[in-house]
Amino acid sequence: MLNQTAYLSLALYAASFCCYLRILYAPQVWLGRLATLLLAGGILCHYYALLERSHGMHTVPYDDLYGSMSLFAWLLGITYLALELFHGQRSVGSLVSLFMLVWMAGLDWLAPRGIPAPPAAKGPLFALHVTLNIWAYAAFALSFLLSIVYLLQDHVLRSHRPGAAFWRFPALEVLDRMSRSSVFVGLGGLVFGMVSGFVWQRRLTGTYSWGDLKVIVTLLIVGVYVAYLLLSRTASWRGSRAALICALNFVLVLFSYTLVNRYLTEFHRYF
Amino acid sequence: MATTTNAKNPAASRITGPIRVALIGCNHRTAPVELRERVAFSTEQALDAATQLRKQGILEEAVVVSTCNRSEVYGVAGDPSASVTDAMERFLTSYHRIPRADLEGRTYRWIGTDAVRHLFRVAAGLDSMLLGEAEILGQIRSAYGRALEHGATGPILNRAFQGALEVGKRVRAETEVGARPMSVSLAGVKLAERVFGSLKGRSALILGAGDVAEQVVEHLRNRGIGSLRVVNRSFDRAKHLAERMGGEAVAWDSLDRVLSAPDIIVTSVGEAGVVLTRERLVRALAARDGRPVFVVDLGVPRNVAPDAAGLYNLYLYNIDDLGEIVEQNKRAREAEIPRAEAIISEHVAKFESWRTALEASSIVDDLRGRFRKEREILLREWLGTVQGVSAEERKRIANITEELIERLLEEPSARLRSGRGTPGRLGAIEALRQAFGLEGNADKDEEPE
Repeated sequence: MLNQTAYLSLALYAASFCCYLRILYAPQVWLGRLATLLLAGGILCHYYALLERSHGMHTVPYDDLYGSMSLFAWLLGITYLALELFHGQRSVGSLVSLFMLVWMAGLDWLAPRGIPAPPAAKGPLFALHVTLNIWAYAAFALSFLLSIVYLLQDHVLRSHRPGAAFWRFPALEVLDRMSRSSVFVGLGGLVFGMVSGFVWQRRLTGTYSWGDLKVIVTLLIVGVYVAYLLLSRTASWRGSRAALICALNFVLVLFSYTLVNRYLTEFHRYF
Repeated sequence: MATTTNAKNPAASRITGPIRVALIGCNHRTAPVELRERVAFSTEQALDAATQLRKQGILEEAVVVSTCNRSEVYGVAGDPSASVTDAMERFLTSYHRIPRADLEGRTYRWIGTDAVRHLFRVAAGLDSMLLGEAEILGQIRSAYGRALEHGATGPILNRAFQGALEVGKRVRAETEVGARPMSVSLAGVKLAERVFGSLKGRSALILGAGDVAEQVVEHLRNRGIGSLRVVNRSFDRAKHLAERMGGEAVAWDSLDRVLSAPDIIVTSVGEAGVVLTRERLVRALAARDGRPVFVVDLGVPRNVAPDAAGLYNLYLYNIDDLGEIVEQNKRAREAEIPRAEAIISEHVAKFESWRTALEASSIVDDLRGRFRKEREILLREWLGTVQGVSAEERKRIANITEELIERLLEEPSARLRSGRGTPGRLGAIEALRQAFGLEGNADKDEEPE
């Protein structure tokens, strides 16, 4: 169950989604600012919800899959907000806030609580490992959304039927740049997260768990995103094909983050 | 209306009487271009006319807005009872030496709220030939700025024009009225921006030399396009065009050599038929490493093979596609008119509220002046007949009567300020003016010592 602060953040995300959606069709400066403020308010409440939950459970937010997924949404929100402020581009906000809304609302179903974390899952290095990985997933989620917008924009441009929202979304090349930046951030987070995980495990057990499915899938994720970055610079793949790869890659991230975390890993049960 | 001085409220200090913005003008809807040319004002003439209107006592404040589609004179009349717009029309005809009969039925006149609403609609682009066009806002800003600089405006027109500029900005920011391209050339460029984002530093190739192509080039130049090449069957013509457009002329035979370079290709080769075949474009795309290219085909018959539209990373729009988008945009802009009108109504109401407050303030000042005048007459008469009143007692009587006036005015002032709704307050102001005979005699009132 979500606590009251989490419900408040959910309500703020919903309100921000409505405002972001509205400005796509009827752009109003104050409404755009309101959307950003509501999202920021949602993120702030979300932070307190995570804090409250951690205090209650006397542990870190990512102690179970539920907390980890909640932290994921929170990091996604922060990353997007930074991107929005940096680029002055609000048009993708509707998709991001919708994604966060659905993600948060589905937490109970996706990640029931009560499954304890491995006893040794603590310490600063471990915290760095987990936070970097979750941040990487959030960055990949953002690149997924940007790629979806790219594909939609490309489709509209080819169909010669631009609607009201078409003129509001960023240009294809801007979306491509934003998506690649997100993937760079994600890859950086994932690689450093993995390294810190290996170091932590080596200190704890003196071995590396190469055979764990989570490690294998994470390496696969690194591989597919590196492939995306390379292919998106080649003549035959740059553009919508690369965007499609980027969007599909995220399926693997989701698989790793949900099914693998919950059922298919020995050492990474929740994150 | 006349002006007096009041240190407390600089705007109210100049107002003594009903405030009416007056307007006379003609535009593309009411007058043909031949007539609009005759009543147009140059920048200097606009300032000169505003000065003369004030000097001749027709207006106290004046701003002349003159563009290729409209000539309008906005003003605030010195004497609200007179037919201001008649006087303005007489001035207009004599200034331009036009027989009055020529303007018969070709002008529009608005007074008060209607004039303000008209100004706001013009600023919003709702009265423009091209619905929502942005240029008019700049023209209004310039006309007002110059009038302000030359002291031709006052508190009323300052408020009205500042409101108009705000309305113009809001309508364009909050509605789709000015958002989408309304010409084929601009639509092409805006679509290219949907692919590349900023066009600064991008390269373009112009194939042929139609009028619309030239318009496209102008839009591209305005957006800081990097390099521009012109290819034409006649190299001399290409050279001439390139010089005019600030680009580089390329011989027709070298088309394949340069075809891989541009991000944007605009074709307009008259009756040449298909010039850019699918194969040619495939080669060009391969040579540019698959980077996207945006092609605008303005030729009739088409200059780009239709099957090229399916090429990966090539975005092809022909003149019909662009025409359809312009039509869609036109409909979308028209659908936004009610929202724009709502913004206008909101600002008109704000202006009216401000105007009412100003009038309320001015009528209280008028009443105070009238009461003080009567008091002085009364005191002079009474003290002249009574013996033995000391200077101190005289002073006390003066103070008491002054206090009485202030007390008497306190409640009407409060009621006028807090009265419900602008029409109600205006009605009360009007009633007070009539009851105390304050119309038109404000300038006869002397300022109390």
